Parts: sequence; C-alpha cells; structure tokens
Amino acid sequence: MSQLGGPLDTGDLIAGRAGLRPRRSRRRIPPKEAVRSSLIALVSSVVVLGGLAVVVTSSPNWPDVQHAFFDGEIFAYSLPKVVEAFGTNVALFLIAEVLILVLGLVLAVLRGLPGPVFFPLRLLATVFVDFFRAVPGLLVIALLGFGIPGLGLAGVPNDTFFWAVVALTLVYSAYVSEVYRAGIESIHWSQEAAARSLGLSRLQALRYVIVPQAVRRVIPPLLNDFIGLQKDTVLVSTLGVVEIFRESSIIKAAKFNFTPYLAVALVFVVITIPMARLVDWLVARERSGRAAAG
Amino acid sequence: MRRALSLSILALSTFAFAACSGGGAGASPSGASPSIAASPSAAASPSVAASPSVDACAKDSLTLEAAGKLTIGTDNPAYPPYYDIPDAGATAPWELGDPTDGKGFESAFAYALAAKLGFEEADVVWTVVPFDNSFAPGDKPFDIDINQVSYTAERAQAVDMSDGYYTLNQSVVALKVNGLASVTSIAAMKDFKFGAQIGTTSLDTINTVIKPTAAAKVYTTNDEAIAGLKAKQIDGLVVDLPTAFYITAAQVENSVIVGQFPAPTSGDAEHFSVVLPKGSALTACVNSAIGAMKSDGSLEAITQEWLSDKASAPVLQP
Repeated sequence: MSQLGGPLDTGDLIAGRAGLRPRRSRRRIPPKEAVRSSLIALVSSVVVLGGLAVVVTSSPNWPDVQHAFFDGEIFAYSLPKVVEAFGTNVALFLIAEVLILVLGLVLAVLRGLPGPVFFPLRLLATVFVDFFRAVPGLLVIALLGFGIPGLGLAGVPNDTFFWAVVALTLVYSAYVSEVYRAGIESIHWSQEAAARSLGLSRLQALRYVIVPQAVRRVIPPLLNDFIGLQKDTVLVSTLGVVEIFRESSIIKAAKFNFTPYLAVALVFVVITIPMARLVDWLVARERSGRAAAG
Repeated sequence: MRRALSLSILALSTFAFAACSGGGAGASPSGASPSIAASPSAAASPSVAASPSVDACAKDSLTLEAAGKLTIGTDNPAYPPYYDIPDAGATAPWELGDPTDGKGFESAFAYALAAKLGFEEADVVWTVVPFDNSFAPGDKPFDIDINQVSYTAERAQAVDMSDGYYTLNQSVVALKVNGLASVTSIAAMKDFKFGAQIGTTSLDTINTVIKPTAAAKVYTTNDEAIAGLKAKQIDGLVVDLPTAFYITAAQVENSVIVGQFPAPTSGDAEHFSVVLPKGSALTACVNSAIGAMKSDGSLEAITQEWLSDKASAPVLQP
C-alpha cells in the first residue's frame, strides 16, 4: 500500500483532490463550487453504491449467499464471542510489536555499519532479512510452533503463544528493518558530517543525530507494518490457538455458515481504520513541520 | 491510493451492514417446508411416506453433476480407515487414501450406495471437496459428499444431510508417557490439556463432556492436532474412534487410546451423514438406499469389514 496520501479532509475528499500537493498551494473554494461538488459527489455515490447493491442482490444465488454470509442471528451470536477471542490477538500484536521495533532497528543499524571489519555482521543481518522476508509468515509460525517444541529439548518452552510471538517478531522485524534502513539512508550525509565535525564518534552520531531523525520520518510506514502485523496474528490459529479467526471458524463449522467471518472483518475494520487515519494525520504533520522548517 | 481504498472499504462495509439487516426477516434458513433429511426423526427410522417413487430416483430422471455419473466429493488427503491407502500409492490427485478403489469404510460404502442407486462402478466419479466447500453457497461441484460429516440440526439448515450411515463414539488419544494415558474416568481428565480438529464434534465432546480447566486447542486438520500432541502442547487428542485406531497404529509412535466415551444415553447418537446440496432431489433417494442397506445387512457387513476393532477400546467411566 502507498505510504503517500494526505490527511482525510472532507473538502478534499469530495472534490477529489489528492493530498500530495503542498498544502500551501491550496486555493480557497468559492461556496457555490463547494455546494456543486457536494451534490455531484452525493449523486455519484448513490448511483455507484445503489447499482452495486442491485447487481449483487439480484444475482441468482443471492438468497443462498445472504443466508451463508449475512445471517443476522448468527452475526449477533458470533460478535461477542469473536470480540472476546480478539484479546489473544491484541496481546500477540502488542508484545510482538515492541520486540519488532527493537530488533528491526538493531538489524537496520547492523546492515548500515561501514568498513570491512563489520562485514560478518552485515552479512548475517542481510541473510536474516532476506530469509524472513522470503518465507511466508504462516510457514514460520507452523515450523517454529510445532517444530521446536517437537524436538523435546529440555528448558525450551513449548507454549504456542510464546512461539507465535517469536515467529511474528522474526518475520516483521525483517520488514521493519528495511523501513528503518530507508529512513536512515534518507538522512542527508551532511548531518553525519556535521555531527562528526563536532567531535561525535560514528556511533554517537548514529545514536544522537541520524536515528532520531530517521525514526521520526518513518513513523507512518512503521504504523503501516503494525497494521499488517495486527492482521497477521490470525495466522497463529494454525497452532491451535483459539484467537479471533479460529473462534469464528469454530462457529462457522458448527453452523455451516460463514457469517462469523463478517463479524471478524468488522472487528479488524474498527481497529484498523482509526490507525489508517492516524497515519494520514502523522504524514500531514510531518510534511507541514518540514515545510515550516525548510 | 490510500484514500480511494479507505473510501471503498467504507462503502463496502456500509453495504454489508445494509445487506445484513435486510436479511433479518428472511434469515430463517430452514424455509417453509423442511426436507426429509432435515427432520431428525427420519434419521432413526426412515418412514414409508418418505421413500420417493422409484421413477424419481431412476438414473435418467435425476439432474446430476455429470450426466449418467454419480459425482462424489471427499477431502484430500482422505484418511484410513475411511479410505484405504493402496500399496502402490493412490491415484492422482489423491495423496494418501484412495477413494476410487472401493477399499476403506467410506469408499466401500460409497460404491455400495451408488450400486443401490443404480450406478455402475464405472459411473462413479470422485472429486476433491475440502470441508468448507461442501457447505459454501452456490453450485456444488458434487452430487453427494462423503467426508465423515457428523449430523447436527444446525448444519442441516445449510445443506441436506442424509440418514446416518455410521454411529460413532468419540475417544481420547495420548502419548504413552503422558499421565493422561493411565486415566480411566472422565472426571479425572479435567486438569489435562485437550485438542481437537475444527468442525468435528470431538471439540463439543471436550467442551461439554470433559469440561477441562484449560481451554481446548482447535486445529485446522488432524495432522496439525497430531503435531500439537507430539510437541506436548496438548496431553490428549479427541477424535472419533476409528481415527483413533489409525492414529495410534500408524501415525504416532508410542501413543495409546486412553478410552472411548460412552454413547449418550439420551437423545440421538452421533452419526455420519452424506452431505447433499440443499433441496437436492437425490436426498430422498440416498435415504431410501441407506435404509435398504441397513435392512439387507450390507451396511453392517461393510462396517464390520473396515471398522471392526471398535469394541476393543475401553469405555471411560463418568
């Protein structure tokens, strides 16, 4: 998904102006034009959404699909159960996210270490990132969650929640380290040069000058990956953990009805859309802040 | 891009809720006239009134997936003892058990059922139908689906379910080294951790009969449940008894059947049903064929041939 896009602004939304332009260049809209835009947007929405609704509900198998996916009674039955099971997902993504932010930064810094001495560290970090970005998250979860406890090593936990957190952390740290790296590389070299000229060591320059600026710049894409992580917690169901998706699947299989999935979708929409708006707002703040500074 | 996406999500969810609330009134899935298969009493004793006229079940008067053929669905891989594994390996696309050779309980039952319905062996076509697809809305890719599906009244609202062809007991499998292996009563099982496959009544057995203190783990397939058992993430795996025999004999070394649960004294015993599309004309024909197989003893013979070790697992005390 694109990291670009400005804040959600009703005026922008209706008139269809992209948020990519600098805010300063926006011109005032005369009231008449605003009313006209709103009317066109309203009519267009009614036609498109209404048309879509008619096409879907008039399809030959709509009654079947309606029973299988939009059963009001089953929806009401499922929602409280899946919301309760969602607690497991929340615990998973909150714990994993903290570990991911730390491990991702460590990996990014390791990959950026200059000089031949650090070649093995750079190599290891690169291999790690390449590997965990290549292997599907579901496989990592299944391989670690079933495989390592299956070895029966003494002292190694066999708890599914533990291995789910480990697997999600490994996979997402790989992505997040790339986000950090892009941020670090986006900081102009003169920043480091200036820091070094003030007598800071290379690590100090990284710690006090480069990384703080880089992290601020990549907060929106980091939040984007956090949304991805939230959704990927459902993959943990493969270990038998009864989280939100597995809870809904249990109801689905008992009733031969897919409506519980709709309840799950609703929960994720409710969680994710405010996050998306937050990202938009942060992007806008970052942009206006930079514009003011520059 | 972001903006367009959020808008369309909003639009879609609005639409979804509109559809949902719109469905409230017409949502009673059973419809006006319950079919023969949906009435639980038909499972116990097929009444004379329920038997369709002979003509309606003639091969030529039925609307079939493929003309003149009986298309039967089951999941892949198919497992023993329901589908036998041939020494030479299963024919593609089957991975493990081979439905097409008439060996294994459900394969033998399917061919006997097809014969009762007037189909030659060569007219039976097998197709891979994952569990979820057997009840997904829309056109079904099979005439009948035979996949160890337990009858429940709720399920019978979504699809047609035939009279039972096998009455089953649930059982517990554990590793021999596990403390659970020596337990003989259900009451003593509460503090162990249990798992089951999703969509099975085994899960109901854990929740309503054992009622363990730790929440049950629920796996996508029995293979994953077995992985959980081997990884000691669960102490006991609850499965139907024939599957328990296969697991302990072939899939998990040093595992044992702790015991089988006594059949419920009240209400209907759990049974497997043939799944058919909702309102299928074939449902009544399948029911009368199963009825005939029960009265002529052929169903009992098939059961004895493939699932005969049933009696040898100890029955768990309450």
